[in-house]
Amino acid sequence: MPLSVDDISYSYNKGLPTEREALRGVSFRAESGILSVIGHTGSGKSTLAQHLNALIIPQSGSVIVDGSDTSGSPAEVRSVRKKVGLVFQYPEQQIFAESVEEEISFAPKNWGFDEEGVKKNVAEALAAVSLSAEFLPLQPYNLSGGQKRKIAIASVIAAKPSYLVLDEPTAGLDCVSARELEALLAKFAAEGMGIIHITHDVELALRISSEILILEDGRVVFCGAPEECAEFLCSAPVKGLVLPDVLELSKRLASSGVVDKLEWNAETLLERLKEKWRAQTK
Amino acid sequence: MARADKVAFGQFIPADTPVHALDPRAKIIMATAVIVLLFVTRSAATFLLWLLLLLFLSRLSKIPASTLFSSARPVLILIIFTSLLHIFATPGELLFRIFGLSATKEGFMLAFLISLRLALLVMYASLLTLTTSPARISDGLEGLMSPLARIGVPAHDIAMMITIALRFIPTLFEETSRIIKAQKSRGADFETGGPMKRARAYIPVLVPLFVIIFRRAENLAVAMEARGYGGGSGRTKLKPLRWRRSDSAAIALLSALSALIICGERFLAK
Repeated sequence: MPLSVDDISYSYNKGLPTEREALRGVSFRAESGILSVIGHTGSGKSTLAQHLNALIIPQSGSVIVDGSDTSGSPAEVRSVRKKVGLVFQYPEQQIFAESVEEEISFAPKNWGFDEEGVKKNVAEALAAVSLSAEFLPLQPYNLSGGQKRKIAIASVIAAKPSYLVLDEPTAGLDCVSARELEALLAKFAAEGMGIIHITHDVELALRISSEILILEDGRVVFCGAPEECAEFLCSAPVKGLVLPDVLELSKRLASSGVVDKLEWNAETLLERLKEKWRAQTK
Repeated sequence: MARADKVAFGQFIPADTPVHALDPRAKIIMATAVIVLLFVTRSAATFLLWLLLLLFLSRLSKIPASTLFSSARPVLILIIFTSLLHIFATPGELLFRIFGLSATKEGFMLAFLISLRLALLVMYASLLTLTTSPARISDGLEGLMSPLARIGVPAHDIAMMITIALRFIPTLFEETSRIIKAQKSRGADFETGGPMKRARAYIPVLVPLFVIIFRRAENLAVAMEARGYGGGSGRTKLKPLRWRRSDSAAIALLSALSALIICGERFLAK
């Protein structure tokens, strides 16, 4: 069953002089695979993320996760929170426990797993983020930034959610940690988890997503496959988003007839150019 | 609705209104005067007058009355506690008995007035911070304390400390709300159970909050020093305060009203 967002709108400080519309009539569906939500700062990405976990209830429209409505009874809300794991921006800031084990077991304990279940989930979550069991007794505050983020993500997936929403998961990470995290997301998606990945990195979204949704001033201006997204981005400028270098180059090559398809991966573009060159020199 | 969507106590709401435009010194003097006068006020009629004045100011400053009322929420527990104390501890005409305690009519009356006084105190103080930016409050306090600088009181430093404290109230509310949300999404339950269980439920909120507060304080100090901050001496102001006729007029009006209230109270007391 899917996670479906139907025509939701939300304003902050409603009724005050500082009222600000964050989302206007947003609709989409997510099932398995990676859905990336991209948009400029203030486009409503983080507000949308919090709607998916019932932390914010839409002022109009609905968010339904596997049949449970986020504006329903407290039991329905808890069911949504259990099904949708939410990794906030800088999730390492929510770490509180004295050991990695205690931190990761927080969610499964809250959701009522028995002692054995908690232990099993903690071990699996730690393995899922590619950390060894040696980390369990360590103090989370003494770990590196990338490790802390992995612990924070493990502490969310330890509750075995069906969907994982991540708000700018690679922000503030070094390149190696960021690449590791990308690989993790791909692995989770391959295992059947629905990933909703919020970012403003267009290149990253094109590289890892099965579907991309673009938000501009709280509205959905595009929703579709990465290939279509690349075409959309090349056809008209979107507020706050710039074309990745390779896509920009590919756009210019396409417009002068050198290649016939838009590419955002340097390797693939190089292959296309080599093919073209070989064809011409024959 | 989530807590973060409400305006936190101490948050400035910018707008172009006569109340916002008053000199911060005038507003601080008036807020202090009203708070002192609220302690002198004893009759229900005068409390009603203070409430009407607050509603009038809310209209004039375009701050919704609901925002002002919700600003009194943090003292709700104090209000309930003092009310109960007054209801059962004031001697007078007996209304009913419960657990061996007697509730009196006078007690109810006193509880009502004291609750109103406490709520009004907080709401008037909120009106000051809702309509004055922290920077202007700081300038105002510094201006008012500047005569004390001559006898060695660090007026500027005190004003700066108060401003930073005020400035960070909404930020800390936001941080707290963000951490609460993060822990809620991991299944933390803050709403059910006894007082001990609920207090324990806040440990996962308080620990990260303290870490964030200390980190922020450190970063702020470094950022201030990096921009050459070295205390008050030799520091100029971007927008120097200017006392205008409207400020004098507002103080004169409040003085007249206060005189009227004090006389009225005396008259009613006789």
